Amino acid sequence: MSTPAPLFTYLLRLGDDNLVLGQQLGALLSRMPELEADIAVANVCLDHLGQARNFLTYAAEVEGAGRDEDQLAMLRDERGFRNAVLMEQPNGDFARTMARQLFVDAYQVPLYEGLSRSTDDRLAGIAEKAAKEARYHLRHSGTWVVRLGDGTAESHCRMQAAIDALWPFTGDLFAADEVEASLVAEGVAVDPASIRPAFDATVGDVLAQAGLRLPEDPYQRIGGRQGLHTELLGHLLPEMQSLYRANPGVEW
Amino acid sequence: MSEFTLVPAGPDTDRYAAAPGDATTRGWAIAATVTDPEVPVLTIADLGVLRKVEQHDGTFVVTITPTYSGCPAMEDIIARIVAAFDAAGLRAEVDTVFRPAWSTDWITPEGRAKLVAYGIAAPHPVTTAPAGDAGTLFVRPAVGCPRCASRQTTLVSEFGSTACKALYRCRRCDEPFDYFKEL
Repeated sequence: MSTPAPLFTYLLRLGDDNLVLGQQLGALLSRMPELEADIAVANVCLDHLGQARNFLTYAAEVEGAGRDEDQLAMLRDERGFRNAVLMEQPNGDFARTMARQLFVDAYQVPLYEGLSRSTDDRLAGIAEKAAKEARYHLRHSGTWVVRLGDGTAESHCRMQAAIDALWPFTGDLFAADEVEASLVAEGVAVDPASIRPAFDATVGDVLAQAGLRLPEDPYQRIGGRQGLHTELLGHLLPEMQSLYRANPGVEW
Repeated sequence: MSEFTLVPAGPDTDRYAAAPGDATTRGWAIAATVTDPEVPVLTIADLGVLRKVEQHDGTFVVTITPTYSGCPAMEDIIARIVAAFDAAGLRAEVDTVFRPAWSTDWITPEGRAKLVAYGIAAPHPVTTAPAGDAGTLFVRPAVGCPRCASRQTTLVSEFGSTACKALYRCRRCDEPFDYFKEL
């Protein structure tokens, strides 16, 4: 089997990030601590699923193997997924859901803004739309992280624990390989290293306002972009894919 | 005898005339009757979702753009457009484009007036604050109450009943209301 085209793999990475995070957020519907938070998580989930669909539809066209976005989402196994391992981390308590979201939003805002200037028009169009959504998500997650970090002793403690728990999974977001390298040279992809300063600045500002800090331990668990996932994805996928696999080709 | 008349009012005539070309004027007028299923007082032309209508070999090609990446109304809007042309004995295909990305700045003045009359506060102009600047995290527009026009309002929820709305409450008349958030 030949190596897939870099653009196909790159689109899978973008799409899978949103698909897996969207699936995690979807599991929270009706489970949030207050009604407004429940509506918020539903809306954020919908944005991520919409973005996933746009990226995966394009990926399927680039691949040209007769697969559509549903088949890409529902018929690949764990090792075929290219999302950052951050996306598959458990929802945990509300603090962990918001810490994960803050890291995702602080990454996606500069990523999508950069991609909206891509030499690939189709990719640029999807990203230009998604950038607006990511900015709104950041406003929401950033507000909550500050509110909880700068809240009661209990909320501060749990927010700090959430930052400590999720930070080691952020390395994947910036772990570029030859897939990005060739596309960056063509002006198609964003060099992850180029958006690291914006990510660090956003996270740093929010945590400073929240009275929180990053863990000192530099350990990072990377590998999601190459299909090397944490155990959690193996539990998430069967639930997400069971309906489609039991009813091949079903549309809804 | 009805005192009402079926002749189109001025602003509508202007809007249809703004679409280029004779062949497309009729197509634009038909597509512009399609309403948004989530905010039914607005047509897709009011919203700025309707971008272009062209005619190729007897088939109208209607170009629309989504408000949000995952907007669940898009499939329904596409079906409504095809049905509107079908009702006029015409054939239409719908093309969806992402660029330029839809903005609430594209909502027409008539659309904004309809929103307020419907009880939804119209969106503020889109600001271009630098993204990721934590200093803007807590900046929220002062939204006027669509019922009593008071600016003394409180954000209840960043997200509302649909992707395009946030939930506010008026501190003067005490009524909750939707704000069509700027995007």
